[in-house]
Amino acid sequence: MTDWLSPDEWTAVALSLRVSFWAVLVSLPLGLLVAHALARWQFPGKQILNGIVHLPLILPPVVTGYLLLITFGRKGTVGQYLDQWFGIVFAFRWTGAVLAAAIMAFPLMVRAMRLAIEAVDPKLEQAGATLGASRPWVWLTVTLPMILPGVIAGAILAFAKAMGEFGATITFVSNIAGQTRTLPSAIYTFLQVPGGEAQAARLVWVAIAIAMAALLLSEWVSRLVARRISGR
Amino acid sequence: MTLSVSLQHAFPGVSLDVRFDAPQGVTALFGRSGSGKTTVVNAVAGLLRPDQGRITLGDRVLFDAAQRQNLAPHRRRIGYVFQDARLFPHLSVRQNLLYGRWFAPKAARRAEFDRVIEMLGIAALLDRRPGLLSGGEKSRVALGRALLSEPDLLLMDEPLAALDEARKAEILPYLERLRDTFALPILYVSHSPAEVARLATTVVMLEAGQVTIAGPAHEVLADPTGARGFGQREAGALITARVSDRQEDGLTRLDCGAGPLWLPGITAPAGAALRLQILARDVMLARTRPEGISALNILEAEIQDIVAADGDGSAVLVRLQLAPGAGDKTAPEILLARITRRSVSALSLAPGLRVFAVIKSVAVAPGAVGPQAI
Repeated sequence: MTDWLSPDEWTAVALSLRVSFWAVLVSLPLGLLVAHALARWQFPGKQILNGIVHLPLILPPVVTGYLLLITFGRKGTVGQYLDQWFGIVFAFRWTGAVLAAAIMAFPLMVRAMRLAIEAVDPKLEQAGATLGASRPWVWLTVTLPMILPGVIAGAILAFAKAMGEFGATITFVSNIAGQTRTLPSAIYTFLQVPGGEAQAARLVWVAIAIAMAALLLSEWVSRLVARRISGR
Repeated sequence: MTLSVSLQHAFPGVSLDVRFDAPQGVTALFGRSGSGKTTVVNAVAGLLRPDQGRITLGDRVLFDAAQRQNLAPHRRRIGYVFQDARLFPHLSVRQNLLYGRWFAPKAARRAEFDRVIEMLGIAALLDRRPGLLSGGEKSRVALGRALLSEPDLLLMDEPLAALDEARKAEILPYLERLRDTFALPILYVSHSPAEVARLATTVVMLEAGQVTIAGPAHEVLADPTGARGFGQREAGALITARVSDRQEDGLTRLDCGAGPLWLPGITAPAGAALRLQILARDVMLARTRPEGISALNILEAEIQDIVAADGDGSAVLVRLQLAPGAGDKTAPEILLARITRRSVSALSLAPGLRVFAVIKSVAVAPGAVGPQAI
């Protein structure tokens, strides 16, 4: 693979894949919980939670990046304690890129999952309960299999969004080769250098290929699951 | 095991205040739409928390408002057959059937899988998916799924309401077999008098959230209040008769206490006890034994009382006590006849009078004929 991508380019692609993978994996459980809360529970402050979750979708990414910086930066309100107590540092590390990508992709993930959960008929869950299944069992054996297409769609959407995340990432963790220079940052960097157009173009093709693959994969998987759970 | 229900629950517009016992057999919870039947069943299942009351099953307390006890639905061990079946679409029929068994205590495994499958005739469906089943098949699978969860009580919320007549006729024999095979109290919600007449051993009638009458099926159906609940077209008492022999012209002789009845289309073997509902509107009364009449079934009876029927006031219900046959030691059976006030005065009918009840044999609907319940 390295014969058509330079080591620099390859590093950026691999980093982006790694960042996106972890961003999706880490936010998946929280995303499910939030989606479930928004779809099913009634609690004070529901609209506020809904707003906060969707905020990164509306805000300029630079603003989100700035907020991340003052919160999770080394001197940030939360960041300094994470550093002192647990030795966890986000600033200018690839983990920071994961955090930024996860937060930017979160609304898309929650939206897809929430729609899936709202589509599940609570009557089926009641049926599970009358057959002796406790709430956690009902969730695992009835709800989860039914919402699986939505979960997969949400995860893949979030992955694609994380792959393309640029503004918040570059604001929060800058553009350090091998550490935080993801695919979009790399394309941007190559475009700043005279004669970098060819490298940028190659990465653009990679980005398109990954996005297409993600879309096709999500279509295929969710069609497979949808057929399974439609009961046919 | 007996289910005891006592509950009060307020809805906007209606308030429910219900008290009844459901012993072994099929207890039909009968009432028009909006009378609160489904609410009662949901409260028994634990899907709805009543404002007040107490629900016990045998010696287990399922709900007690005074003691702040409310057992979670999955701990109640109550099988619920929903009107809309509610099969899990992502599981095969077999997996649906076995779902409840997973969670049932091993000691409670009475219902054998093969026996239930055979009784419901669903062996061929096991590897299918619920989405491709017909309405009747779905109902049977839902019934099997509830049975196999080893319940102490079975709730059925209008399991036949969503089916057409042909499918209903397909399911009813399974329900009768269920009632007679498994020693399991069944609470059966229905707004269909015909289903109640065919299946119920106990009837609880609900009207606007209140119990109007409750008791053994043959008593409730012979009671004027019960008859009014069923409505003028479908009111009619239950009688028990034993199949005697089948004649070449297609009629079968059945013996009830008061004499022989001739009915077409009986397939039960000789000796089998059948319950028949004889609709009040299909019974005519005569002061003397009628002769030269096409009706085959004429039973001698004594008028017990005459009460107002529902409707415009032109008709009355006459409660008749059938004359016991020779050597018959069973309790006298009751027949209801719906006749006009004008006939009552023309014939000077009064309690204590001996009359002859004329029943057209074709008037006994085949749907109302079923094996006698225990």
